[in-house]
Amino acid sequence: MTDVSHLITLLTVFMLAVFVGFEVISKVPTTLHTPLMSATNAIHGIVIVGAIVVTATLFNAGGNHVAATILAILAVTLGAINVFGGFAVTERMLQMFRRKESK
Amino acid sequence: MTTMALTASLLDLVAIALFILGLHFLNAPPTARFGNRLAAVGMFIAIVIALVQTMGLGWWAIAIGIILGGAIGVIAAVRVKMTAMPQMVALYNGAGGGAAATIGVVEYYVALQDATALDPIVSVSLVLSMIIGSISLAGSIIAFLKLQEVMTGRPITYPGQQVVNALILVVIVALGAWFIASAGSLPPGAFLGLLAAALVLGVLFVLPIGGADMPVVISLLNSFTGLAVAITGFELDNVLLIICGALVGASGTILTVDMSKAMNRPLTNVLFGAFGAAGGTETAAAGGGPQNVRSVNADDVAIMLAYANKVMFVPGYGMAVAQAQHSVKALADQLENRGVHVFYAIHPVAGRMPGHMNVLLAEANVPYEELLDLDAANAEFPTTDVALVIGANDVTNPAARSVKSSPIYGMPILDVDKAGNVIVLKRSMRSGFAGIDNPLYEMPNTAMLFGDAKASVDALTAAVKAL
Repeated sequence: MTDVSHLITLLTVFMLAVFVGFEVISKVPTTLHTPLMSATNAIHGIVIVGAIVVTATLFNAGGNHVAATILAILAVTLGAINVFGGFAVTERMLQMFRRKESK
Repeated sequence: MTTMALTASLLDLVAIALFILGLHFLNAPPTARFGNRLAAVGMFIAIVIALVQTMGLGWWAIAIGIILGGAIGVIAAVRVKMTAMPQMVALYNGAGGGAAATIGVVEYYVALQDATALDPIVSVSLVLSMIIGSISLAGSIIAFLKLQEVMTGRPITYPGQQVVNALILVVIVALGAWFIASAGSLPPGAFLGLLAAALVLGVLFVLPIGGADMPVVISLLNSFTGLAVAITGFELDNVLLIICGALVGASGTILTVDMSKAMNRPLTNVLFGAFGAAGGTETAAAGGGPQNVRSVNADDVAIMLAYANKVMFVPGYGMAVAQAQHSVKALADQLENRGVHVFYAIHPVAGRMPGHMNVLLAEANVPYEELLDLDAANAEFPTTDVALVIGANDVTNPAARSVKSSPIYGMPILDVDKAGNVIVLKRSMRSGFAGIDNPLYEMPNTAMLFGDAKASVDALTAAVKAL
């Protein structure tokens, strides 16, 4: 099913997302560099969605891929560490950032 | 398209919008927390949609992964000390890269067992995401070990390092090409060889990079994982992964370039320069290190601070190591009570990750308005009465402005030497991480306060209080 026009569509989406990424990020002040990095770190945890789909596909195939299933669970676990840890740690950092109290 | 698939696609679109808006709101401190939560809501939607779409297939396997990984991630996030944040971020990043690589391995394994030939798009993206994800995983683990000081933070070099790396890269390219040419039906031995080579390259690529260059490496590894995830999106024909991966890849690249600029060194020099090692030998040749330094005690410095109009704190990695951020804030409070204006000068590469000092000071309740970036701080130094350098070294080295032969010549620095008085808190006269002499210490307006950073700052606070 090599579908070249579909590939071009995906590449277009990829390229536009890269430009959006550059635009949205380029104005972040130094103060927020760590939370920003940590938040983007959490966002690439979206890989967990891929891991979930792959795991389900294995079960759909009849469940005769034991080793592959164990690896797929590992992938979901790693993705979950990335997502949950990433967002939690960013939240923890950001709740410390505060304005000067008016005296 | 079924109604369910259509609804799912539309909700994925909502999730994507939330990610982009979330990143947008991370642009300013007052809205940053809202931004992070928006992105988290987007992630929640994306995961729920994936679970609903898989219609409970393998639900228990998926549940094990989510519960186990979620618990590990959240417990670690709650327990980690703020000073250990760089290595924590490195680990989460490695987990993402590892997930992308593992997905590639699973897809290969299934295709091999079922003897199906992979579509060219799938085989290319599978092998690329596996290679990049593995490099990111292994590199992140080494970065973690270095930052955690399980292994030395100094660059680890050996003769022929570049040749070895180049050879491994050749092996990876060759096996990768074989994988693509064979439509994914590579013999298991060769496939494992490819996986191992990518992991080894990840290890070898971070080994020669020193602790002070970690801000660059961590943001680069972040962008690697983003790229691996985007390519996994091509492999699984999943737009959500492509967009999120691309966003992260782009932001990681921007930070990496920013960090390199802040050191005035091209990225290649950071990655292949083994900075600390080279600088060290030059210093040895120059001989000795600075000798004509003036040492002062806490009481003298306390008087100077208490009667100053404007005081600038200049924190560096030493403050993080000594966990001195709360002590620094206590001293700042004492001074502010006496009417002294207190600011903090933050160099972009101070510490071990981008914005490291800002997070530590935020933990100690320092309001972010008092944290000045490089340009703002340098505009203030000429009218600053006392600059208090706490565990920062190379980022204050005036040699970067004037000494053409210095390894850090041209690096933008904090002009602390332009302040009326400079007090340097330092453990001993040992040279800094990069092994470069700092002429700042010998200047007439500089005095050294020797000792542990936290103990020294506490002594200053007590002395100011007693005045």
